[in-house]
Amino acid sequence: MTDLAWIDAALASSRPQVVAALVRYFRDVDAAEEAFQNASLKALETWRTNGPPRDPTAWLIFVGRNSGIDAVRRAQKSTGLDGDIPVEPDIVDRLETADYRDDILRLLFICCHPELPPAQQLAVALRIVSGLTVPQIARAFLVSEDAMEQRITRAKQRIARAEVPFETPDAAERANRLAVVIASIYLVFNEGYSTASEQAARSELCSEAIRLGRLLLRMYPDEPELMGLLALMLLNHSRIDARFDPGGEIILLDAQDRSRWNRDAIAEGLVLLDKAIRHRSPGPYQIQAAIAALHARAPTPAETDWHQIELLYATLERLQPSPIVTLNRAVAVSKSRGPASALAMIDPLAGPLDHYFHFHGLRGALLEQLGRGADAHTCFKRAIALARSPAEAAHIRQHLDALKNSSS
Amino acid sequence: MLYAIFCYDNEAVTCAWSKEKDAEVMAKLGVVQDKLIAEKRLGPVARLMPTTAATTVRKGKEPIVMDGPFAETKEQLLGFYVVECADLDQAIATAKELAAASGSAGAFELRPLQIFRPGVL
Repeated sequence: MTDLAWIDAALASSRPQVVAALVRYFRDVDAAEEAFQNASLKALETWRTNGPPRDPTAWLIFVGRNSGIDAVRRAQKSTGLDGDIPVEPDIVDRLETADYRDDILRLLFICCHPELPPAQQLAVALRIVSGLTVPQIARAFLVSEDAMEQRITRAKQRIARAEVPFETPDAAERANRLAVVIASIYLVFNEGYSTASEQAARSELCSEAIRLGRLLLRMYPDEPELMGLLALMLLNHSRIDARFDPGGEIILLDAQDRSRWNRDAIAEGLVLLDKAIRHRSPGPYQIQAAIAALHARAPTPAETDWHQIELLYATLERLQPSPIVTLNRAVAVSKSRGPASALAMIDPLAGPLDHYFHFHGLRGALLEQLGRGADAHTCFKRAIALARSPAEAAHIRQHLDALKNSSS
Repeated sequence: MLYAIFCYDNEAVTCAWSKEKDAEVMAKLGVVQDKLIAEKRLGPVARLMPTTAATTVRKGKEPIVMDGPFAETKEQLLGFYVVECADLDQAIATAKELAAASGSAGAFELRPLQIFRPGVL
């Protein structure tokens, strides 16, 4: 008898590839999802008694395809289409990595279709590709189940209209899809990472993003930006246990207990970054991973190579100019050259980042370091009004308390 | 005779394990290892990073460096044990104990060692 936990893990890990292949057969996401459900039920029955198949993914595709064919035939009759569904029995043997990878990329690309607003993209990718349940996704996005159900339904309707071509993509189209999908996976990760990560549901988003990153990298083993993305996610995620205190408050990088960083994740992230750099084809994800690696390598905050981090942010700024990147570079500058240089750097950002929590937080901290307590106070007040989570607000409140104590 | 016991499984599945499940499997395998240590039969043990961390150098006049594992397989090499076994029967018995502890699918390949140098690590 096969371990139930193994079956669960096998179903979860096969899902993206199986649904992706079924979407190619049925050219319909709902039909593919339903066929996957049927195949999973059969797997639960069969695998428990007969043991697992050699290749669970191929097994599920085969069974799912068969279970879905009748439904599709019925649908075709009613719409008057006469598409030809392949029924040859050797279909599973012909499913080589090349098919899998185009399938999975197509499915992810469909879910990340530029026509969908980002919030819908993430929700629908997590539902269809990862198979998270609506309540799980709703919890992660802090919305009600009804609202999430609606969001996913709407996204699916748009997907059905979006007409993503099913032919094998050429190299340029493949690169384009990969770039879109990489960006979306990172969005999923950040959705889990950036806000209240003390919640298990949010940490689940991070794990899911890492899992998708691994899956894609297995299929595209020589894509440096994909290595960079996975390295970046692993290095950031290595700090997850150290980022919040028992009360759920954010602990900043400098104050984190580095013994609680996950060394396995760091080691793997560093290996992937090493592999990526060998290609001499830098990109935004590799650079961000390199920055995360410098933090991960520093035994104490004081030993952080801020100069190198500043250079990396400068490179990132050239590749991907954005006020947020400049803001991050300013943090590095404040550490390597002092608060005055950093303050001069971020003053021009006051316009574009006026509604950005971290801008006012950093500005306040720099002013505080320069002894300009009253100005710092104004910035912290503004930051606290913009905080997106209690933990962010609490962090600024600590600064305000410190200001009050030093002035009294 | 020394045997290498190579562990193969679908890494997509083992990577999908929760932290708790992973720890539980490792603890169970640890029990078997402790027993082998008590019997003075256990040598080096290694768990490998996922194949996405692998690089392959293909020998040739000008060796070629490629990303990823040497062989694309349905089940991947996840780790290995070096164990002293009196004979094949004992090696199979040991592999069965590890199999029972892992609660997973996959396979163990038992390969007798021809040369064994413990090295300096």
